This record gives sequence, structure tokens and C-alpha cells, in this order.
Amino acid sequence: MARDKFEDSLEKLEQIVRRMEAGDMTLDESLKAFEEGIRLVRAMNARLDDAERRVELLLREGDLLAVKPFAGEGS
Amino acid sequence: MMDGFSQKVWTVSELNEAVRDLLEGRFDHLWVEGEVADLRRPSSGHAYFSLKDPGGQIRAVLFRSSAAVLKFRLEDGMRVLCRGRLSVYPVRGEYQLIVSAAEPSGIGALQRAFEELKARLEAEGLFDRSRKKPLPFLPRRIGVVTSPSGSVLRDILHVAGRRFPSADILIAPVRVQGAEAPPEIVRALEDLQAEGLVDVIILARGGGSLEDLAPFNDERVARAVAASAVPVVSAVGHETDYTIADFVADLRAPTPSAAAELVVPVRRDLLAAVESLRGRLLKGMDRSAFRWRERIDRASQRLRDPVRRIAESRLTLDDRLQRLQRLLQESLSNRTYRLAYAAGQLRHADPRERIRRHGLRLETLRKDLVRALEIECRGKRQRVGTNAARLDALNPLGVLRRGYAVARRLPDGSLITDSALLDEGTLVDVRVASGGFRAAVKDTYRS
Repeated sequence: MARDKFEDSLEKLEQIVRRMEAGDMTLDESLKAFEEGIRLVRAMNARLDDAERRVELLLREGDLLAVKPFAGEGS
Repeated sequence: MMDGFSQKVWTVSELNEAVRDLLEGRFDHLWVEGEVADLRRPSSGHAYFSLKDPGGQIRAVLFRSSAAVLKFRLEDGMRVLCRGRLSVYPVRGEYQLIVSAAEPSGIGALQRAFEELKARLEAEGLFDRSRKKPLPFLPRRIGVVTSPSGSVLRDILHVAGRRFPSADILIAPVRVQGAEAPPEIVRALEDLQAEGLVDVIILARGGGSLEDLAPFNDERVARAVAASAVPVVSAVGHETDYTIADFVADLRAPTPSAAAELVVPVRRDLLAAVESLRGRLLKGMDRSAFRWRERIDRASQRLRDPVRRIAESRLTLDDRLQRLQRLLQESLSNRTYRLAYAAGQLRHADPRERIRRHGLRLETLRKDLVRALEIECRGKRQRVGTNAARLDALNPLGVLRRGYAVARRLPDGSLITDSALLDEGTLVDVRVASGGFRAAVKDTYRS
């Protein structure tokens, strides 16, 4: 299975922060790293956004699979 | 032909007594297996029934004191293994089994099948640690294979919703009991893997007897779990119930709620982790910008001659500072958004008074933050101004404008700093604020 993107982003951000904290980058490098870091933060926050969750039922109709909203017990 | 003994005439009671002695002496501790029939439970609390097999039956009684410690409820048609002794009820001339303990005899067979399958799959390597797939860090959608009604699904939805309110869940409804259950579970596992619908699957069922859990000890289910490309977390039965599915699954959870906890991370923790990294990133950028400003300052101090390069440095500095300001602005609006969000959360979560207090505090903090950032920006702008002024002061043309002149010896153009080194008639080039002129040395003096 493909590795989780969120986990990748988190690791990448940690690396960037560690490199910036080490402070051995040129100004352009640190600006680029900073912009990349901010981009990762934004993407991760979007992933953690407080969206409405979907709870659905996977139903089989003959050979076809259908996904329907789950209305609660008895649906 | 009769001897004296056989000619003895017994009374009925004597005969019953003798038979009782015989039976009780011979069968005072035994195990009998059979099917329960004609079960009666009079108000005395004793249970009367027959034990049958295809060839016959025997009457049996389970007294109230023994019935009380039985771990299951006797039912007609149930196969049971009884421990007891034989006795005779002289009043009726019937013999019967006095049962002291019993257990469903089905368990034995199920247990044997369980152990046999477990050993076989283990030998095949289906339980190996190396086969276990790691769970996704933050699943996009969670598949749940379980009964669509009942507390198991409710618990999972509740716990998942509490930890990560936007985690999507796809339920593959199945029967979790009976002969239909295994093929349905296998189907559901396969369907959920189709087209990458989910990136982790919870296979769950509430607790029950070994018989109830049988579908999760089914070889077909075990193999479907093992073959799943998507990681499977099993949560079958109570904490102490282990099923074959548990051994094959990538992770075994003691309960359905625990499965949801293992699969779904806490959103708040992740937000906090990202926020902390963001803070370190900002601090790192600040430090880096500071270091580079220092270097530019030092470099510009050393610059004497080329005005052009000074102007360039100033442009670079301006550009960097503008970018920094933009980024700080951005982080400010980000923080403001987060504070507003937190304020909203508090409003929803807590009693009104606390919310009001927190709201005020948040507003103050937000203002402080805005003020702090404004001060920071202003400071940076001031630094640009100061640096520009400093650079101006160091501009050699500035010195000339104040009336000083630079004289060079011709033709080599070397700077003249000592008049004793000049001869009468030497040609010199004198540079003033605007333009210059050539002259010949008339005489020299020491001031």
C-alpha cells in the first residue's frame, strides 16, 4: 500500500525545521525551505480540517457495488 | 431347578433397596453424554429431564444447588456431557442419573476444530509477524465489516467520531453469526478492497460463546483476512476471546472501541504537532533572516568605493525584508484564523461564563499578537532606514559634498596622502564633489 501522505508531509516538515534550526543554509535556501514548510503546514491543516464525516454503507446489488449513506440502525 | 436363595421371596421395597445398593456401589461417579429431552423445571428449582441417544434414554435430575453453578442454561435438544451418579427412586422403582455438573458437549468438538485449524494456519506461517501490515497513519476512509445494527457499530462510530470528527467510514454490513456469516464476511472483505475504497478495515463483533464466534474461526474468513491487501484490525468478542481471525489480522484489538482507537488518530494531537512544527519553522526563519541581515550590515560597512554595489545590496535587503514581512503577515492571518476557530470551539463546548472569559482573553491575546507583529514589522522597516542612512554616511561622494577633495598623482593615479613625497611641478588630479581638475604642484609645505 502507498505510504500515507500525511505522515510523509509530517516527516518532511520535521526535516525542514531541523535543517532551518541547524542554520547552515544560504538565505535563498532557507527562504525556499520556509516556503515549502508553510506549504506543508497548509496542506496538513487542510487535511485535518473539521469537515463533516461521511458514514456510508457498501451494498452489493447482484454484481454491482453501491455506496449509500448510512442513516443509522435499521437502514 | 431352584436353590434356596432363589426361592427367597422379596418384597418390592427390599428389591428396590438391593438394586439401589448395587447401582450406587457400581456407578457412583460417571460421565454420560446425550441429548436433553423432556426438560421440566418445577418451582422447586430442580431440573428434571431425560438424556437420549439414538438407542435409548435415561431419566436425570439436576438439583437446584447444582443447577445454580451451571455456566449455561439447559435446553431441550442440547447435547450435554453430564457428571453424576446413578440412584434409584424406590417410590417409582425408577433409576435415574443424579447430575452434579454438566457442560455443553458441542464445545469440545468446536474447541478441537479451533485448535486444529490454529495449528495448521500457524504452521503455514499465516500468523507470522513479518506478514503484518502497518496501519495507515491517518486513514482517509475506514472500512467496517460488522452487523449494521447493535452496539458494536455504534461504539466504533462513536469513538472514531470523538477522536477525528471528519474520518469517513464505509460499513460493509454482514451477518456475524450462523452458517451465512463466513461467506458474507469474505465477500465484504473483498468488496472493500475493490478500487481502493478504504485504506484500513475493522472486522468486528460483540462477545459470545465459542459457537457464536464460529464464523471468525472459519478457515475461509481466516484466509480472506490473510489475503487482504488492506490492513485488517480484528475486534471480535470480549477482551479474553481469541479467534482465528485475531491471529491472522494485522492487528488485534481487545474490543470494537479499542479498534477504533487504534485506527483513528486524535485530530487534536495532530493539529498540535503541526502547530508546534510551524512555530519552530517561523522561529528558524526569523533567526536565519536576522543572521543574514547582520552579514549584509557587516559587508556594507566594509564597502568603501562602489556606490553601485551599495545600492544593489540595499535593493536585495529591501526585497528580502518585503518577503519576510509578507510571510509574517501570512502567519499572522493564519494565527488569527486559528484563534477564531479556537474561540468558536470554546463557545460550543463550555458553559457561557467560561466562554465569555476565554473569549475576552483570546481577543486580548489576538490584539497582543497583532501588536507584537506590527512592532516587529515596524522594527524591520526602521532597520532598513537606519541602514540606508548609514550607507549614505559611508558613501565617499558624501564626504566630497562636504568640501573635501581627493588628490591623485598623475599619471599613475595613486592617492596623495603625504605632501613631502611631492616634487615641484608634479602633475596631480583633484576630484571634488562634482567634477575635478588637473594641476601642477607649485610648492609643498608641512602644516
